[in-house]
Amino acid sequence: MLDQIVFYFFAVLAVISAVMVVTRRNVVQSAIFLITALLATAGIFLQLHAEFLFIVQVILYAGGIMVLFVFVIMLVSLDVSLNQVQFNRQWWLGLLLALVLGAQLTIAVAVGRAGLPLGEPAPAKMLEPSTQLVGRVLFSEYVLPFEIASILLLVAMIGAVVMAKKKI
Amino acid sequence: MHTLIEFAKPILVPLICAVVIVAVLPLVAGYIVLLERKLMADMQARLGPMRVGPHGLLQPIADAVKLLLKEDIIPEEADKAIFWVAPLISVTVAMLAMAALAIGPWFQIADLNIGLLFVMGIGALGIFGIVLGGWSSNSHYSLLGALRSAAQLVSYETAAGMAIVGGLLLAGTLSTREIIQTQDDYGVWFIFAAPVGFFIYAVASIAETNRAPFDLPEAESELVAGYMTEYSGFRWALYFLAEYTNMVVVASIATTLFLGGWLRPFAGTKAFDFLDYLPSLLMLVFAGYCFYRVPKQPVKIQQAVLAAVGLLLILLAGILAAPLLVPAGSLVADAKAGLHGAFWFLLKVGLYLYVFMWLRFTFPRYRFDQLMHLGWQFLVPLSIVNVMGIGLALVLHRQWGWGHLPAFGLTTVLTLAVAGWLAWAGEKKEKQRAIVGEEA
Amino acid sequence: MTGNDLQSYAPLLLHLTLAMALSGVLVLLSSLVGWRRPSTTKSQPYECGITPTGDAREPFSVKFYLVAMVFILFDVEAIFLYPWAYIFRELRWFGFVEMILYIGILLVGYFYLWKKGALDWNRPAVRRDRAS
Repeated sequence: MLDQIVFYFFAVLAVISAVMVVTRRNVVQSAIFLITALLATAGIFLQLHAEFLFIVQVILYAGGIMVLFVFVIMLVSLDVSLNQVQFNRQWWLGLLLALVLGAQLTIAVAVGRAGLPLGEPAPAKMLEPSTQLVGRVLFSEYVLPFEIASILLLVAMIGAVVMAKKKI
Repeated sequence: MHTLIEFAKPILVPLICAVVIVAVLPLVAGYIVLLERKLMADMQARLGPMRVGPHGLLQPIADAVKLLLKEDIIPEEADKAIFWVAPLISVTVAMLAMAALAIGPWFQIADLNIGLLFVMGIGALGIFGIVLGGWSSNSHYSLLGALRSAAQLVSYETAAGMAIVGGLLLAGTLSTREIIQTQDDYGVWFIFAAPVGFFIYAVASIAETNRAPFDLPEAESELVAGYMTEYSGFRWALYFLAEYTNMVVVASIATTLFLGGWLRPFAGTKAFDFLDYLPSLLMLVFAGYCFYRVPKQPVKIQQAVLAAVGLLLILLAGILAAPLLVPAGSLVADAKAGLHGAFWFLLKVGLYLYVFMWLRFTFPRYRFDQLMHLGWQFLVPLSIVNVMGIGLALVLHRQWGWGHLPAFGLTTVLTLAVAGWLAWAGEKKEKQRAIVGEEA
Repeated sequence: MTGNDLQSYAPLLLHLTLAMALSGVLVLLSSLVGWRRPSTTKSQPYECGITPTGDAREPFSVKFYLVAMVFILFDVEAIFLYPWAYIFRELRWFGFVEMILYIGILLVGYFYLWKKGALDWNRPAVRRDRAS
């Protein structure tokens, strides 16, 4: 019961902030709502007992990537975005499509729920601290992906320099 | 009685702790400011605040009242909503970070599995309060201050995080409580196993709290007051509160991870048990000083206030001494862990903050490129090497059966050698730059 | 240790509410109690006595952007280190070798950043061009 209240609280918060991100005229305000949306998602992770994922979401998305976003937003002139048309004339068509898609998904889940193979969730109190679990799996079964991640980071570093160099 | 306490603990203790932290932190921040002003005055051969209360003891309260009555100005061009929210973000986030810290074995809001990571991650969100505040004011100084601050925070967070990883390798846990207990089990504070890690964290934490010599975001001589230029009245006070709360938070992290948290020095050694009397003795000495100064106060009311402070300190001494004087096993004797734990923790935090202030009064401000150089080209590589060094020491000790001293000694020397090389490379570059600059 | 249940997070919510309430109430209180004599000069941005010109929100150097980007990469790297440090005791020397590889690859990237001058605030390369 409590679990569900927590979930719906964070879910509603995330959806509302996401809508605000799209509809705000001021980009910086959009960024603030994006932070809220990301933090609400972190809350959902917490509700799922994924502590480590929760803090990674806070540190990397809310604390790291959003800083970059805010920088980029400040880097471009605000006046341009304030005077631009926010939505083009076909916005109602987009909304309609989104609603149809939403309805389709709802119906699909409602009808096909019986066919979905849902495993029984493990009782939360039996779980070990999730940092430990993540570590144990990451450094035994998934060593290769982990090492490849470092190469990905290396590529990203080079990419960052190349992009910034062109701009200077 | 015991069962009652056991029953109430899970609900009441966090509630009381949260209320105490939220209610007392503003006061503590005010008194840290007073202490800082007094210390600065002392090092500059002045007296500092002397007028409000004996020795300026009531100055923070007067300041708070004054700030509350100040006009609350919002610049015309400012983004009002963001201008309003930004300082609140800073304060809330800084206070929330306190939640996972264990100030003594009894005083903790929430013991989390990801404790230290939580403190760091939530604390890092404070950057938005600064950036949004600086951006929304629509002033050149504010924006520049905010940008500098963001770049600085971001640059030193990597080094601070890596330094913490070094400590975690030793502890093998992220829970603040367990980290301290591990140090108790080993009988050694982690500062002795990872001195370089502590050094990196100390430097990075000064930069992360925007303190001198890294106080570029609010460099008075260049940017007026940096990101807070347009803030006035209590909003400004909130930024100050956030800054001092952050100082307490980083000092607490350092205390927890490197300085043994709530542990008494030589906690495991029976021969040093006389140190248990130190807290009360210290309080008595302070009380004695208060009474010694009473007759020298010019006004009656000041004499009364100072005497009251003295009595309060004696009361504290009594409370701290009580668990030692009653026979073991009673409730009062059990209170020793909580009371003395909190005392030692706060004492260490206080000493750490004292060093912060000392550095502030000693060093001139860094230039921005020097700051970035120190962060990215000295601390970051050094912290990576430090982590690998501690890892190596642990492997040597656990798998190859080396003793603690040779394993950690060897890796510390290696890390120091890398530090020396990095410093030498930086120096060479600086010289080169100077020559190039002259030619230009 | 309390295990992995949600209840250890409940006090956090309480604390968060209290902290937000405190700061909100203080600001509200000050705006109620505080002096209020607005004037046009007062509500202008402070520029040391000079009349402010133009919007302050100008585009700024791309270097800040680069620093933020490099920070994220190192932050991701550091995040991987936490679970590693957590279970280092179980991993023994195997974990150490794994991490040496990982860090080694990243140090290559770090070296590249260093040599390209991405970590320098004042790029000596630019200065040298001007000097010659």
